[in-house]
Amino acid sequence: MGRYLGRKLLIYLLTFFFAVTIDWLIPRLMPGNPVDTMIARMALRADVAEVLRSYYIRAFQLDLPLWQQYLNFWIALFRGDLGVSTWLFPQPVIAVIYRAVPYDLLLLLPAILLSWIAGNQVGAMAARVRWLDNTILPLGYILTATPYMWLALLLAWALGHVAGLFPIAGAYSFNIRPHLSWLFIQDLLWHWFLPFTSLFLVMFGGWAIGMRNMIIYELEADYSRYLEALGAPQRLIRKYAFRNAMLPQITGLALQLGAIVAGALATEIVFAYPGTGYLILQAVQNQDYFLLQGCFLFIITGVLLANFIIDIIYALVDPRTRLGMTGE
Amino acid sequence: MGLRVENLRVYYRTLRGYVRALEGATFSVADGEIMGLAGESGCGKTTLGHSLIYLKPPMTYIEGRVFLDGREVPIWDMKRMNEFRFRRISIIPQYAMNALNPTRKIGRMIAELLAAHNVDFNEILPELKRRLDLVQLSHDVLNMYPIELSGGMRQRVVMVISTLLNPSLLIADEITSALDVSTQKAVCEMIVEFRNRGFVRSTIFITHDISILYQIADTIAVMYAGQMAEKAPTEVILRSPRHPYTRMLIASLPRVGARYRQERLHGIPGAPPRLLDPPPGCRFRDRCPVAFERCQETPPFVEVEPGHFIACWREI
Amino acid sequence: MRAGIRHEFLYFALRNAKLRVGLSILLLFIVAALIGPLFARYDPNAYVGPPAHPPSPEYWFGTTTFGQDVYSQFAHGLRSTFVVGLIGGGIGTLLGILIGLVAGYRGGLLDEILNMFTNIVLILPTLAVLIIIAAYLTVRGILVESIFIGCTAWPWAARAIRAQTFSLRAREFVDLARMSGRSSLKIMLTEIAPNMMSYLFMTFILQFGGAILNAATLDFIGLGPTQGMSLGLMMNNAVLWAALQLGMWWWLIPPGAAITAIVGALYVMNVGLDEVFNPKLREL
Repeated sequence: MGRYLGRKLLIYLLTFFFAVTIDWLIPRLMPGNPVDTMIARMALRADVAEVLRSYYIRAFQLDLPLWQQYLNFWIALFRGDLGVSTWLFPQPVIAVIYRAVPYDLLLLLPAILLSWIAGNQVGAMAARVRWLDNTILPLGYILTATPYMWLALLLAWALGHVAGLFPIAGAYSFNIRPHLSWLFIQDLLWHWFLPFTSLFLVMFGGWAIGMRNMIIYELEADYSRYLEALGAPQRLIRKYAFRNAMLPQITGLALQLGAIVAGALATEIVFAYPGTGYLILQAVQNQDYFLLQGCFLFIITGVLLANFIIDIIYALVDPRTRLGMTGE
Repeated sequence: MGLRVENLRVYYRTLRGYVRALEGATFSVADGEIMGLAGESGCGKTTLGHSLIYLKPPMTYIEGRVFLDGREVPIWDMKRMNEFRFRRISIIPQYAMNALNPTRKIGRMIAELLAAHNVDFNEILPELKRRLDLVQLSHDVLNMYPIELSGGMRQRVVMVISTLLNPSLLIADEITSALDVSTQKAVCEMIVEFRNRGFVRSTIFITHDISILYQIADTIAVMYAGQMAEKAPTEVILRSPRHPYTRMLIASLPRVGARYRQERLHGIPGAPPRLLDPPPGCRFRDRCPVAFERCQETPPFVEVEPGHFIACWREI
Repeated sequence: MRAGIRHEFLYFALRNAKLRVGLSILLLFIVAALIGPLFARYDPNAYVGPPAHPPSPEYWFGTTTFGQDVYSQFAHGLRSTFVVGLIGGGIGTLLGILIGLVAGYRGGLLDEILNMFTNIVLILPTLAVLIIIAAYLTVRGILVESIFIGCTAWPWAARAIRAQTFSLRAREFVDLARMSGRSSLKIMLTEIAPNMMSYLFMTFILQFGGAILNAATLDFIGLGPTQGMSLGLMMNNAVLWAALQLGMWWWLIPPGAAITAIVGALYVMNVGLDEVFNPKLREL
């Protein structure tokens, strides 16, 4: 188990290294001087442009040799210095991201966990009940094919605009300040419901289909056939199949994280939900490159961390990795 | 009392029609008898073995009756068969090495399987341990996951599990095919030992390797293209076979008792007929050196001497 | 014999309901993408009509907040969706085949390195990388977008193809080819690849759908093509210019509905193809 996790950790460290390098390299790969390009695209007043130019030149350190620039980039990173946001000048990028994190977690954690659990349960049921299978399968394929933002738009339009049941923008009402009270929590949940539901539904489709197919595969496996031949009840065989089908679903969760994060970003944009996705939209519209790069590093770190947590859980659940019997 | 099979007909349903894999098998296996069931791959021997315990689509029951210890076995009824499976009819499958749930400890899996049959695990545990000793497995395997065992050990665990409730009939399906010669011998000895100790009463030992049967089988039944060709005591089959197919099969072994593999069986010219739409009459007709007009009709499987059955018009 | 097998595939393919439904929907949209723009009377970005006008005989899908014709945007956006799918999915599949085949066939150290690289790119959240790249590109066309999407989408294909290659490598006909002294490249292309043709085709279909979804998200964030029109861009504009608050459903619904239908049709087709190619899954 130690070897398994060690190997995984090595890959994650390499990935992080790779990602940071991309983050550093891309502005420098683009044709021309990145600072001039950025300033030119911002169409600012002359005096503001001058302030920004001097800041950018200092920040990019374009006068230093490349290796020094690269090294300094890493040093700054370890100090938690991701630069200054130009959109919210002069707030540091890390502080801007820090404020968005709670909303990301509030949306993503319940959506991922609940959709995974519900999808697995319903998928397993679909493998057994014919009519459910005939409904869940087409529905699941439609849901997984739906772009996250479109389902979000549909829900916002139908339940928000037409039915008027839920608000369609923000994480809480404008006239309430965030504080710890029942009133605020209610308001928070009321705003949270639609973005959560749209994320939940798209993911749910994928998990349900995945589980259904895995169970059917497991029911054909040799151990299932042996139990059937020995007259074991379907209940026991399905229980075993479910447990074994869970393992690839856990791996699937790790593999899907990237797509899920992308979906969450898009959903946050639809609902103007103040998480990282909304920050990215603002950064793109305001040409705030440091904020964008900061969000990039934040997403990568989050995904890698989540991957590692999933790996630990997997290693604990699967006796084969726990006993160190498989390398992968 | 043993096993009695009468005119058993089992087909496979496919899109293009029925594959006639088992055509009217009639035979019996006595108490304490180990019957070897031999033939080329695709001759229906595995179909026969499986249909006695687990007749699952696309396998389709057409007709025939099966009696075990005088009681009819409803092989066509998946639900009612559960009462027979494991307790009275059991199987050691061909895939025995992969037959254990990879994510359950072996002891726990056995306990859960027994509970489903209303047997108390703790009550049977001493006997289980004795049998593990018999197949030279440590008691620790009960606390292990299948992956911690070698393939051979897993097979022995499955052999113990399958026979734990002392079934009247054991079907051993190609259990020696994937093994090296010395392990083959050990497995065969265990099967005989199980019979001698009364863990199982009748045994059907399915294999394509006739030479193995010489070591363990009391009788040998030979199948060809879905039909029973000949059944007789082992000595008789090996020394004086009478069905032309059996004769060619035995002749293709260089020496009785030598271990030779399936490839040798291709020494008979020609190929078995397709079972999707087989010609009427004796299915060996096209490859048979002594065929004549009568072979257009299906020959009956008749007892020519006590315990010696043949389906061939020349020998009746 | 081979003709017989091909005939059998065709037989099962025509009988497979999933394949038929998926293919019909896909063909419908392909035709719409091909001839739809011919019926568009306006430039997709020109301000041609009254603002925020619901669908009418004059403006089939209504107009945007600025009076652009939604139908024209939709028809052109549909075209770019297929372009992205074809090029992005194509590049993703080709890279996947290349890396998977070489890693699986060669094995050894090269495999270790390629496998490590595949795992790294697999973990990287594709969209995050695309955002960074797109943000720094001053001019973005649909072609460039497709290329970048393809270049980040290959890892899972490579992994699956590597596994397939591993199992084929040990087969007799490959051994035979190797003993007869043929070059590795030739063996990979003439012996191994044709034997997983069905698999490669299905990989392409999934890559096609994935590229469309990725492009839609990227466009929606506002990092889509700076010129031209796409379905994701339509949704991006709709959200930015308050289509939601104004209840302009004719602007919100068509682009996403088209993407869902196309990608859904691809997925269903893929399941159907799996049943056709894989005899075990055929219903009896």
